[in-house]
Amino acid sequence: MKRKVAVIGAGISGASIARVLSKYGNLEVHLIERAPDVGWGVSKANTALIHGGYDDDPDKYPTRARLCIRGNRLWHRWVKELQIAHVWNGALIVATREEDFDELEKLLERGRRNGVPEMRIVEGDELFHLEPGLTREALGALWVPIVGQIAPIPAVIALVENAVANGVKTHLETEVRGIKVENGEVKGVETNNGFIEADVVINAAGLYADEIARMAGIDYFEIRPRKGEYWIFDDDVPGPRRVLFPTPTPISKGIVVTTEVSGHLMIGPNAQDLPPEEKDNLATTKEGLEGVWEGAKKLWPQLPPRSKVIRTFAGLRPEPTGGDFIIKAEEGVWGFINVAGIRSPGLTSAPAIAYEVAEIIQRDLGIKLVEKSNWNPYRREITHFFMLPPEKANELVKRNPTYGKIVCRCNSVSEGDILEAIERMKFIGVKTPSVDSVKFRTKATTGTCQGSFCRPRIVQLLAREYGVEPWKVTLKGRGSEIGIGDVKALLRGDEA
Amino acid sequence: MMKPFPEVPMLSYDVVVIGGGPAGMASAIKAKELGLKVLLLDENDYLGGILPQCIHPGFGIHYFREELTGPEFAARLAKRLVELGVEYRTSARVLEIRNYSDLEKFVLFTSPSGIYGVWAKAVIYAAGARERHAFEIGIVGDRVSGIYTAGEAQTLMDIYGVLPGKEIVIVGSGDVGLIMARRFALEGAKVKAVIELMPYPGGLARNVMILRDFNIPLYLSHKVVEVRGKGRVERVKVVRVDENLKEIPGSEFWIEADTLVISAGLVPAVKKLKKIGVEIDPATAGPVVNDRLETSVPGIFVAGNSLVINDLVDYVAEQGELAAEGAKEFIENGGIESRKWIKVETGENVRLVVPHYLSGERDVHLYLRVSKPMEDVELRIPEIGKRLKLPVVKPAEMIRLKLKAEEIRNAEKLTVEVVRP
Repeated sequence: MKRKVAVIGAGISGASIARVLSKYGNLEVHLIERAPDVGWGVSKANTALIHGGYDDDPDKYPTRARLCIRGNRLWHRWVKELQIAHVWNGALIVATREEDFDELEKLLERGRRNGVPEMRIVEGDELFHLEPGLTREALGALWVPIVGQIAPIPAVIALVENAVANGVKTHLETEVRGIKVENGEVKGVETNNGFIEADVVINAAGLYADEIARMAGIDYFEIRPRKGEYWIFDDDVPGPRRVLFPTPTPISKGIVVTTEVSGHLMIGPNAQDLPPEEKDNLATTKEGLEGVWEGAKKLWPQLPPRSKVIRTFAGLRPEPTGGDFIIKAEEGVWGFINVAGIRSPGLTSAPAIAYEVAEIIQRDLGIKLVEKSNWNPYRREITHFFMLPPEKANELVKRNPTYGKIVCRCNSVSEGDILEAIERMKFIGVKTPSVDSVKFRTKATTGTCQGSFCRPRIVQLLAREYGVEPWKVTLKGRGSEIGIGDVKALLRGDEA
Repeated sequence: MMKPFPEVPMLSYDVVVIGGGPAGMASAIKAKELGLKVLLLDENDYLGGILPQCIHPGFGIHYFREELTGPEFAARLAKRLVELGVEYRTSARVLEIRNYSDLEKFVLFTSPSGIYGVWAKAVIYAAGARERHAFEIGIVGDRVSGIYTAGEAQTLMDIYGVLPGKEIVIVGSGDVGLIMARRFALEGAKVKAVIELMPYPGGLARNVMILRDFNIPLYLSHKVVEVRGKGRVERVKVVRVDENLKEIPGSEFWIEADTLVISAGLVPAVKKLKKIGVEIDPATAGPVVNDRLETSVPGIFVAGNSLVINDLVDYVAEQGELAAEGAKEFIENGGIESRKWIKVETGENVRLVVPHYLSGERDVHLYLRVSKPMEDVELRIPEIGKRLKLPVVKPAEMIRLKLKAEEIRNAEKLTVEVVRP
């Protein structure tokens, strides 16, 4: 008999869990997400790092400490299986004062305890060989070669595409309104789109994991939003080769300077704790961004002129009571598994979290998992015209002329890339056409001009492929429509 | 000749024109008239660049000696282009320009019929400009729908027939912003404010009239600093600035609106030229050129808004022709020759001037902008004793000054200044 599993939240945790559980022939997996597309919550806006695992104190945060290094190791395999854009370029935790070395020694020791290989302190010529553009104030650094970077939303999309290909059913724009529990056992989830029956409910709801847990009568933790703001610069601005951290303080890992996987210099985040009711406050602030700028300058003095910024953004991290990940089967409610408080290093830990959940299902719920013989671990990356050598691109264009036509001029994204993105959106069940869905899959609108040339064209393609009027196409889901009607709507008096 | 991409078909021309807007079309027409084998490439589905969406009048008074709309201006050039049998490709995006030697330029482009390489002796770059966006001008807050550059709003309305919103705040009182204010008002939207950072309006006088005609409030010395909303713009925060453009604390106020249109200026789109080492003038953000509009890389010419941001399409087309004449001379003589180059420099109250180097052997137009508005001034070039009385000068209005070869022939350098007599 098949067991039904409902995973709430299609972020990096939920998507990883869905993928791992799609391996098992005796599970029917439902992935439930409130947003119109996957990866739009906490996973969307963060530093996109695959951390080394030296930062989490195993005495205070044993789950984080254990899963971070394991996740790092798993990502090395997963990025290949799923063709996720990544770079393994290592991190330098930089000391600019003599006393910083005490902290670096502590990190080194902690890293060794957590099982992080290849770490060491570097100084002098070696340091500036690793990072020629680093501030000359640097006295030394902790070198962590296993640190890397991935594109986080494309990672979530890759995981969900692979999960769906292996039989997972998605429910997008589906908001969980209640958890049905009978006689101490979960029976399913109530949603705006009806009841979804489930023997196992996995709560991977990010910022809202506390609210979902409360629906099952579990209220021993709270999730508080912590905001982080970032700047991102044009791709002709020189950025560092490595991920650069300052020496951490008791509160924060500090403001990171990095060249993200698409080749843009990125700086951030700061950390601002928000009240629990502000889980949708993604507004950037002048003060916050100025603070990030000042912080980044300490490691990377040659910050570009302000006119070189192409985007600023903010993300929220879900800070749980106690600070450690909460990953467990709840004893009071059989079948309810919390995957809550997945703050940093959550992106890194996600694959390890997913295997941990599979283990919990077997060990704590006593459901023996039976592997499918035909599970497919592979997923092909979307075509990126700009990554193809001209010879290869020409073969593709001969077969399908839309790949020869550029829509996003800054990033050389072709119409074919965009049409393929739309097909892939439909494959995982995206119902509302959004420019952001195309953006995260293709990189269109993320270049120098930020979409002022190509956004209208993308809107037109989405409208055509989804069979809706162009003004009903959204930027990022319902309520963010591109227009209010056709150009004469107000004059006719029938505004939308 | 070498084959940089063995599998890609190769074409060969005297000159490749990149961009099918007014500069590129005028350039290709002129090149053809001068007997050159020319190929024009444009990435849009249609020729005309930005003109087809500029459905208002005001174009062509100098160039065609009559007032036309944008689409009409574009159609006239396109008709001439077709009549002359100029070869052109639309939906053709240039991916890369390479400069192998003085007379060996290579242009790689993609199109729905495939990827091609083109060998040419000269390249005329007329790829226009891009608009500055909300992030570039430091607007913080929510990243919601309802924030458009003026050009994007115009594309939505006049190419795709979409009305972006109904309560509009416009950032910037340049021509594009003012024209969009009128465009929205004509479709029944409420334009609640035009916000201008400087203490004076940024557009041509005839466009500033729009504000009075449609009763639209203009806030000079103000800036939009923040946008708030859920999903869609709901309100924007405006603050007053002092004479140093610093925000004045306590002067903030909010305007409710569902749409924020950014018209904060244009930047020449010259990334591909920078990659091949073309020298850029920080004042124009476009290439440094001689009086044939040749850049610092021999055989690479530039015209229109890629050279300098123009107010009038007429000057853009004129620059296109000039670049074609330059390409012709370059190909025939194996280079643009001059006994000397007279450097043109900006003096008092002059923000930018092009071209940067003059041969002194031919007549030339200088295009310049002042740095602040002034009245009853003189434009002077002291080295040649040139003086020209001007009743009003404004940064918004480009000044075009004709100099005769015999006036400048003996000069070593020219300093252009605008001063009170």
